[in-house]
Amino acid sequence: MKQTSLGTPDVLVIGGGNAALCAALTAREAGASVLLLEAAPREWRGGNSSHTRNLRCMHDAPQDVLTDAYPEEEFWQDLKKVTGGRTNERLARLAIRESSRCRDWMRKHGVHFQPSLSGTLHLSRTNAFFMGGGKALVNAYYRSAEALGVRIRYEAPVDRLEVVDGEFRAAWIGQERIAARSCVLASGGFESNREWLREAWGQNADGEWPADNFAIRGTRFNRGVLLKAMMEAGADTIGDPSQSHCVAVDARAPLYDGGICTRIDCVSLGIVVNKHAQRFYDEGEDFWPKRYAIWGRLVAQQAGQVGYSVIDAKAIGRFMPPVFPGAKADTLEGLAHQLGLDALAFVRTVREYNAACRVGTFDHTVLDDCHTDGVTPAKTHWALPLDTPPYYGYALKPGITFTYLGLKVDERAAAYFADEPSGNLFVAGEMMAGNVLGQGYTAGVGMTIGTVFGRIAGTSAAAAAKNEGVEHAAA
Amino acid sequence: MQQLETLLREASDLAEGIVVPSSAEIEVERVMKICNACRYCEGFCAVFPAMTRRLEFNQADVHYLANLCHNCGACLHACQYAPPHEFAVNIPQAMAKVRGQTYSDFAWPSALGTLYRNNGLTVALALAVGLALFLAMALAKNGTLFHAPLAGDFYAIFPHNLLVSMFGPVFLFVAVALGLGVAKFWRGISAGEPSAVAIAETAQDVLKLKYLDGGHGQGCPNEDDANTLARRRFHHLTFYGFMLCFAATGVATIYHYAFGWEAPYALTSLPVLLGTLGGIGLLIGPTGLLWLNVRRNAQHGDAAQKPMDRGFIALLLLTSATGLALLAGRDTSAMALLLAVHLGAVMALFLTMPYGKFAHGIYRTAALLKWAIEKRMPNPVGVGSE
Ligand SMILES: Cc1cc2nc3c(=O)[nH]c(=O)nc-3n(C[C@H](O)[C@H](O)[C@H](O)COP(=O)(O)OP(=O)(O)OC[C@H]3O[C@@H](n4cnc5c(N)ncnc54)[C@H](O)[C@@H]3O)c2cc1C
Ligand code: SF4
Ligand code: SF4
Repeated sequence: MKQTSLGTPDVLVIGGGNAALCAALTAREAGASVLLLEAAPREWRGGNSSHTRNLRCMHDAPQDVLTDAYPEEEFWQDLKKVTGGRTNERLARLAIRESSRCRDWMRKHGVHFQPSLSGTLHLSRTNAFFMGGGKALVNAYYRSAEALGVRIRYEAPVDRLEVVDGEFRAAWIGQERIAARSCVLASGGFESNREWLREAWGQNADGEWPADNFAIRGTRFNRGVLLKAMMEAGADTIGDPSQSHCVAVDARAPLYDGGICTRIDCVSLGIVVNKHAQRFYDEGEDFWPKRYAIWGRLVAQQAGQVGYSVIDAKAIGRFMPPVFPGAKADTLEGLAHQLGLDALAFVRTVREYNAACRVGTFDHTVLDDCHTDGVTPAKTHWALPLDTPPYYGYALKPGITFTYLGLKVDERAAAYFADEPSGNLFVAGEMMAGNVLGQGYTAGVGMTIGTVFGRIAGTSAAAAAKNEGVEHAAA
Repeated sequence: MQQLETLLREASDLAEGIVVPSSAEIEVERVMKICNACRYCEGFCAVFPAMTRRLEFNQADVHYLANLCHNCGACLHACQYAPPHEFAVNIPQAMAKVRGQTYSDFAWPSALGTLYRNNGLTVALALAVGLALFLAMALAKNGTLFHAPLAGDFYAIFPHNLLVSMFGPVFLFVAVALGLGVAKFWRGISAGEPSAVAIAETAQDVLKLKYLDGGHGQGCPNEDDANTLARRRFHHLTFYGFMLCFAATGVATIYHYAFGWEAPYALTSLPVLLGTLGGIGLLIGPTGLLWLNVRRNAQHGDAAQKPMDRGFIALLLLTSATGLALLAGRDTSAMALLLAVHLGAVMALFLTMPYGKFAHGIYRTAALLKWAIEKRMPNPVGVGSE
């Protein structure tokens, strides 16, 4: 058995994304010695955090990159709405209030902000964007952590925890035992654990395992190893274990780390058919930002977990350009052929849809009056006939952003065992996001939770390590 | 089958005189499409906002964007799709390769465009020619390179009119060659009419090197993801050093022709003061740039262009070092030697200007001007928000 060199750290942080870094930095600032273990090699460090672009911030007046105001109550109402009430108001309000105070601290550690990106004007009031995105943020935090003397180890995937009576003793990497006075767990969800996803999504009526056809939008290192370890140690959990945030991405997206650019944003401008060339849901139900997160699940429910978003030339330039070129044809038959769809069925679907379109005044910026009449499912807004070649088609598959299952915590970010808080084991980020976000999502709140609870966990862990040090000295 | 179609299309394009894009251009088009679906780097520089005004990237767009990129490196370290990601997005490198290509493609006369490709050799040859020329002339005139001290009277070695008749045409050639090159580039990117505000903004962007500040004022990466303002500062020293030397020559010319005050000028005179200050800037600046260039992250930019970068830096250094040495030794018997070496270096610097790193300033200014023009026009791509 190997003990880590350089002595036992006060605080052990497990994970290498935003929450872990915020915890490590805060614990170090509080005077603790800190060791951070990141499963990924250096070039893949940062977890899903390196794919993010913004955090949601409460503010009562315009601030640098944030316009207008986004008061606590409004933020809270938004959260309540998207989670359908599956949230802990005390912890949610804590996250909201702290979000108004954390940005100066972030700046101090090298994070820069920029105004909302083009195409995201609707977020300019609520979300502060990271200049260069999450990877720039992660780089800045690692740099600052190194400068402050946080010890960092890459390629250090923890596979076991030693927890006795709800107290953290050590983490294990293979045969290596790493002890610490206190510990922060910030190692993300289980979205890249294929077997677990399979279990969570189950088997469908056709005998398919839908999760086998999913792309994971973020890191391949969030395998839920420590979630499972904590559950086995008897930790209290929270959040729906069978649910994931799931969006429709280009079917050619890589298996991991496709990130933001693989999204297909033209759904509401055309129609979506399944592999039998049939429409299956109202493409114009609501604004795309409010609907993009249901389309992953909708596609997951189709045969083969595939859908085809089809538009015509009128839509070009009206949506974020997709990363891969679409199939393109001058006739509907030609497009069906390219997409591998039954041409007869596809043309019939489009004709029926076209005939049902009641075109009023098209306006993509409002819930306009262009809708269908006499076709099922209806398209309730932005329904324009597909009649202007060339036609374009994009194959879609479900892309998992994160999973909802988490560990229960309190306002000190302490883990819970049988309703009792641990004295020295804390949790931050995606691993406990379910406390605030039991289901649903609203842009930027993942980083808000990670930043706020990362900092809280770091503070708590540093304090716990100090106490334990005192106890040891007294003994 | 599809390959055949592509080949056929390319062949017919060729026949119709449509230029087939180079692999460097295709790579920029590829990565720009990824960036356009991502846009995280919008705050770093002008390239990304310019990109969002387009859905397709034709050859002219690629040339424009490549020259708009300052190779600051920020977007490589921030990129979630940078290698080892399978998308392998490396914007600074892709842009640098096209930039190198545009310099030679737009060179005038076009036959000399190839000089960029072996720029280390070009610079060395130009230097050899320059040195040989002036050393031989000095020798021929005096029979020896050493002489009794002449109290800094350069014209005793090389008469004023002789120098004017040598440097005048070279200078003119440089201006014409660069001017024609950049004019062709400008037409290619169909930039439109610059307004006074656009010109003023471009001047500011160039003079302040706005896009080396990282978008946040803390500079840009060099060897790793840490931001530094060193490159911007050393570039300022180089640029303003060069301009001061230029001003020194300009003032001296005015003295000569307008007032009939002939060199040598006193150490406290304006031309000597300007020249000395400029020379010092041109010594520290390029030294710093060379130091940064050597330590630069290997993934930034195009490794094949390092000889060009360093050749230019070396010539600038040689020019300033020999200029300052000449000033120090102008009252000694080595003045002729020092003068010949200095003039040789200056000649080489000028000769290679249209065919080396110097061109980057001209093309980038043109690209910045286009940006200043187009950003004031309504965005042709009104993508809905997601
Ligand atoms: C494409 C994409 C875009 C997103 N955009 C946004 C956005 O704009 N705004 C927003 O708020 N949220 C966004 N999210 C959600 C956001 O990524 C998460 O809420 C947030 O990053 C969670 O941070 P974290 O530190 O808890 O987890 P992560 O950043 O995922 O970090 C987990 C870390 O733990 C490490 N790890 C895992 N297992 C182990 C182990 N056994 N031992 C050691 N280390 C381990 C991983 O390597 C990783 O470094 C996005 C997510 C994705 C996928
Ligand atoms: S360089 Fe990378 S992170 Fe930046 S905009 Fe392009 S793809 Fe996105
Ligand atoms: S290298 Fe710098 S200047 Fe060039 S595109 Fe990237 S951020 Fe812009």
